[in-house]
Amino acid sequence: MKVLRDTSILLGRTMKHILRSPDTIITVAITPIAMMLLFVYVLGGAIQTGSDSYVNYLLPGILLIAIASGTSYTAFRIFTDMQKGIIARFSTMPISRSAVLWGHVLTSIVSNAISIVVIIAVALLMGFRSSANIYEWLAVAGILFLFTAALSWLAVIPGLKAKTIDGASAFAYPLIFLPFISSAFVPTDSMPTPVRVFAENQPVTAIVDAIRSLLNSAPVGNELWAALGWCAALAVLAYFFAVREYRKVA
Amino acid sequence: MTGAIVRVKNLQKSYKNNKVLRGIDFEIQPGEIFALLGSNGAGKTTAIRILSTLLKSDSGEVTIGGFDIAIHPQEVRKHISLTGQFAAVDEILTGKENLMLIAKLRGVSNPAETADNLLKQFGLTEAGNRRAATYSGGMTRRLDIAMSLIGAPSVIFLDEPTTGLDPEARIEVWRVVRELAMGGTTILLTTQYLDEAEQLAGKIAILHEGKIIARGTLDELKKLIPPAKKEYIEKQPTLEEIFLAITGKKEIGQ
Repeated sequence: MKVLRDTSILLGRTMKHILRSPDTIITVAITPIAMMLLFVYVLGGAIQTGSDSYVNYLLPGILLIAIASGTSYTAFRIFTDMQKGIIARFSTMPISRSAVLWGHVLTSIVSNAISIVVIIAVALLMGFRSSANIYEWLAVAGILFLFTAALSWLAVIPGLKAKTIDGASAFAYPLIFLPFISSAFVPTDSMPTPVRVFAENQPVTAIVDAIRSLLNSAPVGNELWAALGWCAALAVLAYFFAVREYRKVA
Repeated sequence: MTGAIVRVKNLQKSYKNNKVLRGIDFEIQPGEIFALLGSNGAGKTTAIRILSTLLKSDSGEVTIGGFDIAIHPQEVRKHISLTGQFAAVDEILTGKENLMLIAKLRGVSNPAETADNLLKQFGLTEAGNRRAATYSGGMTRRLDIAMSLIGAPSVIFLDEPTTGLDPEARIEVWRVVRELAMGGTTILLTTQYLDEAEQLAGKIAILHEGKIIARGTLDELKKLIPPAKKEYIEKQPTLEEIFLAITGKKEIGQ
C-alpha cells in the first residue's frame, strides 16, 4: 500500500537522523537515569513505599518521564521540518498525506523504545528485579507503546504550530513533572487531600500502578483499564488534532 | 489561448481582513518561463502556495495540466514541483541521500542512478557524499532545485530562487533555470529583482498589492512607458560586473 511504502521511506529518513546524532537518545536516557540514581541512593532511604526495593517501585515513573522528554525531540524534529520547508516539499508531492506524520511518530516510538531499554538495563544494574512472566512483560510493553504513541501524536501539534524551537518542545515540561504529583515516587497516602485527589485521579498514577503491578506479578484490575483508557483516549484526541493542524498548514 | 498548462482565473485570498490576492488572472504556456515580479508583501508567495496545493484559495479557479487544483490536488501534485523560498534540504542527510529520498517517494525505478545523474548535472558529484549541512548557499540551492526535478514534473514553481545568494551562485541558478526551460519544463518563478525577471522570463506579470497591474514580454512592457530618448553617456561598469571581474568569474553570458 502507498501509505505503508511512503511511511517506511520517511521512517528511514528520520531514523538516519537518530542514528547520526545518537546524543538525542543519550540525552533522553541520561536525565531519567540521573533521577533514578538520585532517588534510589539519596532520597529513597527515607521514602516509605511499603515495597522491599525502591528501584522496583520507582522504575515505572522513570520510564514515563523518559518518554515525555523523548517526545519533545519529535516536536523539535517536526518544527525543524516545518521551518526548512521540508514538510511543504513533501506536501506538494504525490505521496500519502498521513505518511509525513506517521514517519515522525514511528521514529519517536522506535527511539523511545531504545531509550527505555537503556534505562531498564541501568535499573537492572541497580538491583531492579521483576517476577513478571512473558505475558506480563508484553502487557507492560503494550502500555508503554500506547503511552509513547499518544505523546508522540501530541508532540506533532506543537511541532506544526510553534513559532520558536522552545515553544515546540515546551509542551513536554508539564508532562515531565506530572509523575511527581502521582504515585510514581511516593505513595499518595501521605499527600494532603486536594493534592491526593488530583494525584489519584490523573493518568500517570493509573499507568504507573498498572505497570508496577504487572512487573510484580501482582493482580491488576481497574488500574490497567484506566491506564489503557487514558492512553487510548489521549492518542485518539491527539491524532485528531494533529491531523487537523496538518491540514491547516500543508 | 488554448494550450496553456497553467490557468489562473480570478484568484482571491485574504487573511482575516488583509486581502492578499485581489483577483489575479494569468496563463502560462508549456515550456515558458513566467515571472511574477513584485516587492515584498505583494502576494507572490501566497500565489505560489495556492498553485502548489499548500493553501486553499477563497475563490477563483486554477487548473494545472487540465486538473483543477481544488478538486484533484493529488493529480496536480504529479505534475508539479515546488522549490520554496528557503532551500528545503535535509541537512543531516548527504546530497545523494536527499536526492534518493525524493526519488524513492516519487516512485522512480532507479533512485541511486537518478541521484548520481543529477549530482553530475548540477556539479555536485564531489560533494555528493557529504552532509548537506556542509554545503555553501549556492550548492544548497542547486541541490534543492535538483530535488525538484526528480520525477520530471512538467511545471516547476521557484519562489524567489536567488534571494540570499551571492552573485556567483545567482548566475549558477539562472543557468540552471534556462537549461530547464530549454528542456521543455514550464517554470513559474517569483522574484523581487527586476534584472532577474529581465534575464530569465519570457513573460512577466507585475504583481502589486494583490493585483496584476501589467503583463507581457519584456518588449511589451517597455512599450508601456514613453520611448527612450537617445542620450550619449559613458558606460560605467556596475558593481556586480566589477565584483565578477575581479573574483575571476565569467560574465552572465548568452
